[in-house]
Amino acid sequence: MDFLNALVALSNFVIVPAIAYGSQLALGALGVTLIYGILRFSNFAHGDTMAFGAMIAVLVTWGFQAAGIGFGPLPTALLALPFAILGCIVLVLITDRIVYRFYREQKAKPVILVIVSMGVMFIMNGLVRFIIGPDDQRFSDGARFLISARDFKAITGLREGLAIKTSQGITVIVAVVAVALLFWFLNKTRTGKSMRAYSDNEDLALLSGINPERVVMITWIIVAALATTAGVLYGLDKSFKPFVYFQLLLPIFASAIVGGLGNPIGAIAGGFIIAFSEVTITYAWKKVLTYLAPESLEPSGLVQLLSTDYKFAVSFVILLIVLLFKPTGLFKGKAV
Amino acid sequence: MSETTKNAFLFAIVGALILVTGVLQGWNAAILILNMGLISAIMSIGVNLQWGFAGLFNVGVMGFVALGGLAVVLVSTPPTPGAWAAGGYGVVLSLLLGAATVVAAVMIAKKVPKGRAQTLSIIGVLVVGFFVYRAIFDPSIAAVEAINPAVEGNLGGMNLPVLFAWPAGGLLAAGAAWLIGKTALGLRSDYLAIATLGIAEIIIAVLKNEDWLARGVKNVYGIPRPTPIVGYEVDLQQDPDFIARAEWLGLDPVTASTLSVKLGYSLLFAVILVILLWMAQMALRSPWGRMMRAIRDNEVAAEAMGKDVTRRHLQIFVLGSAICGIAGAMMTTLDGQLTPGAYQPLRFTFLVWVMVIVGGSGNNFGAVLGAFVIWFLWVQVEPMGAYAATLMQNGSASLQASLSENSSGLLQSIASGLVLMSDHIQANVQHMRMLTMGLILLIVLRFNPKGLIPEK
Repeated sequence: MDFLNALVALSNFVIVPAIAYGSQLALGALGVTLIYGILRFSNFAHGDTMAFGAMIAVLVTWGFQAAGIGFGPLPTALLALPFAILGCIVLVLITDRIVYRFYREQKAKPVILVIVSMGVMFIMNGLVRFIIGPDDQRFSDGARFLISARDFKAITGLREGLAIKTSQGITVIVAVVAVALLFWFLNKTRTGKSMRAYSDNEDLALLSGINPERVVMITWIIVAALATTAGVLYGLDKSFKPFVYFQLLLPIFASAIVGGLGNPIGAIAGGFIIAFSEVTITYAWKKVLTYLAPESLEPSGLVQLLSTDYKFAVSFVILLIVLLFKPTGLFKGKAV
Repeated sequence: MSETTKNAFLFAIVGALILVTGVLQGWNAAILILNMGLISAIMSIGVNLQWGFAGLFNVGVMGFVALGGLAVVLVSTPPTPGAWAAGGYGVVLSLLLGAATVVAAVMIAKKVPKGRAQTLSIIGVLVVGFFVYRAIFDPSIAAVEAINPAVEGNLGGMNLPVLFAWPAGGLLAAGAAWLIGKTALGLRSDYLAIATLGIAEIIIAVLKNEDWLARGVKNVYGIPRPTPIVGYEVDLQQDPDFIARAEWLGLDPVTASTLSVKLGYSLLFAVILVILLWMAQMALRSPWGRMMRAIRDNEVAAEAMGKDVTRRHLQIFVLGSAICGIAGAMMTTLDGQLTPGAYQPLRFTFLVWVMVIVGGSGNNFGAVLGAFVIWFLWVQVEPMGAYAATLMQNGSASLQASLSENSSGLLQSIASGLVLMSDHIQANVQHMRMLTMGLILLIVLRFNPKGLIPEK
């Protein structure tokens, strides 16, 4: 019984939140990794792209709510998601046309593109703050829990409850669908294959008649869709705040690099590695250990390895370890 | 027009802008812009050293600036009575033990042959070390933080004159830079960017949460001023000599005292800036500076000539970060308080980058000019935007008023939409800054990538 209680407590506080957070990071890291693979630079504006997409979703959701359109027990934001993706696609395509294309034609060094993306980050950040303000915005509605802790206790008779938020369930389902679509696209369609070819070897791809501008455009479209989805899911799960998306940049980059920049499977694995380490290291283990340890060995403190304020430090340390011992990442990215 | 006259002309324009601010918005505002401009100029010399000389992409400026601020607290504030006895030694001991643990683990990784024995002993050392560290660290900080938490609750500093804190800030930043450079330099440039971005966030997190160090988000107030160059307003207002001089200048003593304090800072900062600028200029012209630029332009060729690229990169990375640390210490001294919550990456990292790139990367005078220009804009964009928004508001309101009742519905809805939009812009005008800075950066990068004063 104690073992079951420990397991439930562990799932409730560590496994379920980490899976949801990992899915959000994975979607974000996929965007970073695709840009890196095709356009060959680290996009510092990615966090703010997520914020922009999520912002449109928030605004459209508010519009739907005002018009009385709902999605039953599911959050209205899911209905708004397609509009948000469209808005975000328009923004990144305009950005690419006005800003990035010039440097691509010049064959500028990657670090110049990184600085350019810094400028884009400023502008997107300013836009988001200008339109919706820098504060927290709540836009989730619908049922709050798939299973609430109390129901779970009543059904199983255990002392610990397992609560699964609707946002967590939706995050996982949407992430799985998005990833499945992405991989189907990359592996089965002609365009997806041309993208992979372009990423592997630009010159060879150009020789075989692949249109680079088309590949770049499709990459941006996919990235905008992924970024918006990740942004909306994160916003539903926590709350929407522009600055938080900027701060997500570090764990997202850590995920992409840990998995191997330019490698989509690596990005997903990296997202989950970062999320699970962050949550397990900042979780106070007292509850779980009290169930498992014999009474004489029960911990007196919280048994928290690191306070939650330092969760960025976790992704950072993992990043450093990977950079030191395996700079190409766990799944053989292209960076050296 | 020769190059020198052109550059002097550019600097004169910035000076004139500050003077105009003085006439229109008051001299206090103008000198404030000047002081922060001087500090920004020092930061951009630091970043220019890394980026302009060596092509290193450091986006952790904020962290080094904050470390400079921390040094001010640790050096110049008085020690908290009883804090050292209560837990200060325990804190130091536990930190030393923590460092020893990491060193031991690295030693094992280097000395013991690879295999299961090595992995197990590394893990063992880390786990044991961590628990010993926490066992000493936790009670010690609890004891320190329990001392008079409303005003103290930290270890306090060494009670030395605040000027000593400035080089100390540089040293602290240099230490952090050495650690980060050791791991991330030598890999591709994007990785240094991500690593510095991360270290900056972590430094701010430490400052915000470790109350025993610098009171965390409760802030440290009342940092002493660099007397006698910078006095205190209250003392000056009671000094008969000072009042006499103020009257001779035709100023009332209160205004004169605030101006005198600010000008004292300007003087100090200007001296430091001139010294650092001279040093950077000498470095740029020396064989060392030429070697740095050679490495920047072609690492492979430089390496083939026998230059140790990674070591040189580490050297200049540490130097540049130290300069940022000095600037951070100066800024905290100017503010008179350390507020960890105020460190924002967009303001302290990316804005400095805009300064360097707009001014002219690779040219020290360019970096200084860029710092003044961008800082001036950063301060003034908001009132300018507010003024423009007011014009828009008035315009759209009068448009709405001029429409008679029998105007078409479309016109009326356009007018009311314009009113709403200008109200929104007015309410959010402070976010104009980000947009403007981003636009300036992109425009300069596109049409004038060498900046206002290009590298020679």
